[in-house]
Amino acid sequence: MRITPVGDGALRIELGERIDEATQQRVQAACAALDAAAIPGCTELVPAYTTVTAHYDALAAVAAGAPPDDVAGWLGARAELALGKLSAKSARKAVSVEIPVCYGGEFGPDLARVAAQAKLPVEEVIKRHASASYTVALVGFSPGFPYLSGLPPQLSTPRLAQPRAQVPAGSVGIAGAQTGVYPLATPGGWNIIGRTPLRLFRPEQNPPVLLQPGDRVKFRTVTREEFARQEGAR
Amino acid sequence: MISVVKPGLLTTVQDLGRFGYQKFGVVVGGALDRFAARVVNSIVGNHDNAALLEFAQLGPELRFETDTLIAWTGADFGAQIGGEPLPSDRAVRVRAGETISFGAARAGVRGWLAVAGGIDVPLVLGSRTTYRRGGFGGFEGRPLRAGDVLRCGDASEWTRNYLSKAPRFSAWAVRPPTLGKPPSAGAVRALRGPEWDWFAAEAQRTFFASEWTATKDADRMGVRLAGPALPQRETREMVSEGVVDGAVQVPAGGAPIVLLPSRQTVGGYPRIAVVASVDMGRMAQIAPGKAVRFQEISLAEAHSLYLARERDLNRVRTGLTRLAL
Repeated sequence: MRITPVGDGALRIELGERIDEATQQRVQAACAALDAAAIPGCTELVPAYTTVTAHYDALAAVAAGAPPDDVAGWLGARAELALGKLSAKSARKAVSVEIPVCYGGEFGPDLARVAAQAKLPVEEVIKRHASASYTVALVGFSPGFPYLSGLPPQLSTPRLAQPRAQVPAGSVGIAGAQTGVYPLATPGGWNIIGRTPLRLFRPEQNPPVLLQPGDRVKFRTVTREEFARQEGAR
Repeated sequence: MISVVKPGLLTTVQDLGRFGYQKFGVVVGGALDRFAARVVNSIVGNHDNAALLEFAQLGPELRFETDTLIAWTGADFGAQIGGEPLPSDRAVRVRAGETISFGAARAGVRGWLAVAGGIDVPLVLGSRTTYRRGGFGGFEGRPLRAGDVLRCGDASEWTRNYLSKAPRFSAWAVRPPTLGKPPSAGAVRALRGPEWDWFAAEAQRTFFASEWTATKDADRMGVRLAGPALPQRETREMVSEGVVDGAVQVPAGGAPIVLLPSRQTVGGYPRIAVVASVDMGRMAQIAPGKAVRFQEISLAEAHSLYLARERDLNRVRTGLTRLAL
């Protein structure tokens, strides 16, 4: 574990080098442990693939006893203490979520390219994408956007050379070895293969996101009719 | 109530930001100069996080429907009240029916206008900040348009006491030296970034020795800089991780980007430097085409500058409280 300052308002805590399941579990456990420790001055924890970024306010840390000439050292020592008792049990309980997807057609303009890249028929790409088990590695890029690990390696497809100015909300995409879902209409360079009627981001609720890091995801194929029915019901 | 006569170019409702939701990918946003926002809020007797208006390049024209107290700061916008110059950094009494207007920014880019009681828009995820891309927060999730009517919250007791005896313009002004001013007077102070060692010795020297130019690609997310190349020692791919305000990201072979408060929550470009939080407000004032230099300071210096500025603001507040007694 290594703790490095990032500017004068954050510390980066490294919990591994590679993107793998074990590191992701350590990241989740570290977040839970740091949260429980409630370190004075720490304002936000942002977990990613191999790191947790702990944002802080130096004034609040000093008010709680941090020496003004070594605020980061004082906070880092407290973080290390909290992480000494790291256990996978302390992580938030992951949930399993099924995401209905209508693949192809106008909802999946890049499905044919993904199939060509994989040298597989389109139906086979859909089958493999919808039968794999995924884990939410990271939520970021835009509100509620889940970066999922677990994409079958054959389906790995490079990003679009020219990102689209607008990708519709609910679009399911592939970028390299990752898959994910766009919660909001934003610009994007992922290969779009389908769309879900589910809302992944809902600012009126708390938590405002459908998926959190560590959650398990499976995709389920739905017809256009079922897509329209679910979209109308939400 | 305030009626928007002319909206300006990009006038939005902001508070200090939407904190606590970055782990869900929710952008923090908030006033691009949080310190300036806190100062003008203090001048009108508001709490730090009261919602105010931020504008860029071309300011708004606003008609006030009720008597109130306002304060504004930022770049030189040729501000006027009923045709007379409207001074910045001080308490100004506005009567119902009066109009204030801001023109085009002459030096710098942005301004902030606080109104007693704050702009009353609904809280979304704990904040009144406009998140334009997400279409939520602030006034209907968007920049203001002509014809919009903004409600204001109740003024504090301090403000009511002050209003009962205040002149048109307060004789005093609150103007910390760096408040809302462009960084022409000196270099923007910055720390070595977490990936400093990834850059070649030449690039490290170049970054702090060169004059950089802000390009037209500047928005609330970041400022792109044009200047010399900053080669890495070797090409390395970074795993995406949490990013911070002021991070100077250097994409492979690309121009550096200094992140501002509406930045994304995670990113994957190496950071040669991070702007000190005390100088973030100056970073937000660099107009397209203008030059900026960076000066290296230590982490301890950055904290010490930050703590000193907080002490200054506390003194200002103590002084303001007495004024209304």
